[in-house]
Amino acid sequence: MSKFTRRGLIKTSATVGAGLAMPTFITSPLAAYTNAPTGGSVTLGFNVPQSGPYADEGADELRAYKLAVEHLNGGGDGGMMNTFSSKSLTGNGILGKKVEYVTGDTQTKSDAARASAKSMIEKDGAVMITGGSSSGVAIAVQGLCQEAGVIFMAGLTHSNDTTGKDKKANGFRHFFNGYMSGAALAPVLEARYGKDRNAYHLTADYTWGWTQQESIQAATEAKGWNTVNNVLTPLATTDFSSYVAPVLNSGADVLVLNHYGGNMINSLTSAVQFGLRDKMVNGKNFEIVVPLYSRLMARGAGENVKGIFGSTNWHWSLSDEGSKAFVKSFGTKYGFPPSQAAHTTYVQTLLYADACERSGTFNPCGVSEALEGFKFDGMGNGPTEYRAEDHQCFKDVLVVKGKENPTSEFDVLEVVEITPRSQVEYAVDHPMFAGGALGKCNPGA
Amino acid sequence: MDAILLQILNGLDKGSAYALIALGLTLIFGTLGVVNFAHGALFMLGAFCAVSLQKLVAVSKITIDPSQVDFLGNPLKVKTPYVIEWFGPKIGNAIIDWNVPLAIIIAIPVMLLIGYVMERGLIKHFYKRPHADQILVTFGLAIVIQELVKANFGANPIPTPAPDQFVGSFNVGALIGLDASYPYWRLIYFAFSALIISSVFAFLRFTTFGMVVRAGMADRETVGLLGINIDRRFTIMFGIAAAVAGLAGVMYTPINSPNYHMGMDFLVLSFVVVVVGGMGSLPGAVSAGFLLGILESFASMNEVKGFFEMLYLPSIDQIIIYLVAIIVLLTRPRGLMGKAGVMEE
Repeated sequence: MSKFTRRGLIKTSATVGAGLAMPTFITSPLAAYTNAPTGGSVTLGFNVPQSGPYADEGADELRAYKLAVEHLNGGGDGGMMNTFSSKSLTGNGILGKKVEYVTGDTQTKSDAARASAKSMIEKDGAVMITGGSSSGVAIAVQGLCQEAGVIFMAGLTHSNDTTGKDKKANGFRHFFNGYMSGAALAPVLEARYGKDRNAYHLTADYTWGWTQQESIQAATEAKGWNTVNNVLTPLATTDFSSYVAPVLNSGADVLVLNHYGGNMINSLTSAVQFGLRDKMVNGKNFEIVVPLYSRLMARGAGENVKGIFGSTNWHWSLSDEGSKAFVKSFGTKYGFPPSQAAHTTYVQTLLYADACERSGTFNPCGVSEALEGFKFDGMGNGPTEYRAEDHQCFKDVLVVKGKENPTSEFDVLEVVEITPRSQVEYAVDHPMFAGGALGKCNPGA
Repeated sequence: MDAILLQILNGLDKGSAYALIALGLTLIFGTLGVVNFAHGALFMLGAFCAVSLQKLVAVSKITIDPSQVDFLGNPLKVKTPYVIEWFGPKIGNAIIDWNVPLAIIIAIPVMLLIGYVMERGLIKHFYKRPHADQILVTFGLAIVIQELVKANFGANPIPTPAPDQFVGSFNVGALIGLDASYPYWRLIYFAFSALIISSVFAFLRFTTFGMVVRAGMADRETVGLLGINIDRRFTIMFGIAAAVAGLAGVMYTPINSPNYHMGMDFLVLSFVVVVVGGMGSLPGAVSAGFLLGILESFASMNEVKGFFEMLYLPSIDQIIIYLVAIIVLLTRPRGLMGKAGVMEE
């Protein structure tokens, strides 16, 4: 039997009416772009892996985001806002609006990451999405943000494709990439290990692994190295013994591990267990190289990283004013130094806020214009430029080595060389980055 | 030849872990009729017994050393583990170094208890429910356990090294005139698994308790009618199965640094092992474990992969286990050693 009452009818109509009114409110002509903030606050969406193989990086990214929000709203000691060359940020939120945030879990999976980003944009009204450990995720979310008309400030993503064939006008990357790692590492490897080397590559089987491997292979071959083999390993692999065992009799004298996070910890552990580091091949010491290093994973691999070369975007032991200010405020708040993932996400948040201030709007096209070609300093990497043509930051790259005698549990990497920007720079149409177009900024709405 | 020997050893090693987990799964299925999807979580909990012990022995007394500074420039807090403080550096360091073998002693009672609580507290209520319900509840439980471990220990793998004496590798090939070095600890893992597997078989074969359990597996009702409390014995078997999984986990920690997800990685493969071996067959589970381990290792050889790539079958190492499972199930639907009547009612 139907229980249709007058009161019920009014309630239902009111609910339906409110529901119908919602989209009109969001897309009303007053707002010329998606999720234009109307009240006294602005919402940012932090989309990081809170589970999956990169969850620890994700946790550190989130800490950095929270710290950045605190600083933007005038709390704490201001961190890198004090050393940043642009002085638009005053601790009064962004454009006078208090900064609020929502978080999502990417689970290190592209579909989950897209779903959480979509929810933050559509339900929570996020005007900017940032985050992602894993290039597969970053590329997927960058594409989504382009369609939705919000800015994407990429977190830890190192694939050439993020600002190469998959670049988007609404997406910006501060982190370095596979090409830069190869270009910075190869000369150091040549100097230490010589020209006549045979390299065997184990490579994570997804966008980051492929471009990282391609980059380091090209860079080392240019120095005279020979590539014996490249074996792709699925991201979900945990026991690398069956991939490492064939290296022993391959004639290779260098093993390049194009792995990150948990993958790298496990593959390196296997390689060390199989005695690779104690081997002599072709009359030379067998060597292992890890092109992309992070302190978190170096710590996870324990003793095994000692003496192994790699590259990194930033390290807490740097002594410039920006790095010192960031380590101080992060360390004071959390009790340990920040990782490179934390650094890049913190910087990205400040860069976004600063671009809003300078352009006087949250409109993605205005923000994008303010970021394109923007030159800045004081953020821990020396003079840096957001190249307008591909939205990639160009700056110095750190070549690091697993420290032989660490003085603390955080002191696992030492900076061997700071490779100048000029050595890692490439043309926009470089073959490794070719294909795809930046397109036009999309304000959505 | 060297490469083949290495892959056989690798296969035996992988097979050991599969066999140990599949053995426990089969024990639980054979006795209680429950498909336990939380078994991988028990393997992981075993590994985290070793991690917990490692953390426990590292608990340190903090003294402030004003002559050194930390990364923020504050006076350095120097940590001295209490075990070194109490027993002196020699014994203290030995305890820290031998953490993984010591964890075995702790893992046995802990895992027995966890198994007991799990069976009495949750799984007992699902005996009369369909298998689908059992799978859902045990899978859910596995996720809960995983998340708890993640919340406490983080998501990254935690290095848990073997004692210093067993670090490095041993030239197994030299024994038969080849050159093939294999890590010590992996050899130990294989020997340890063989020991555990034979102990479980001996326990079921030669003890009265084991005989009653086997009788109960064959005909639970009749054994019950004879006045034997078969349920209690089955609960204990659940505990033993949990302990076997736990020990497999403890010993696995130096091979691959444990993380919260390691149980799930093994669980699916172990189920395939059980199915290939034949549901309810203990020898089937063990032999299928080793067989699939070896096949998987061979499939990951570059030569084998290259051959299958020519046949348009890339990444054969990823699918070999499932391919074999399909072939076995098509030709022998009950698995290699499965008996009639199991899961066929």
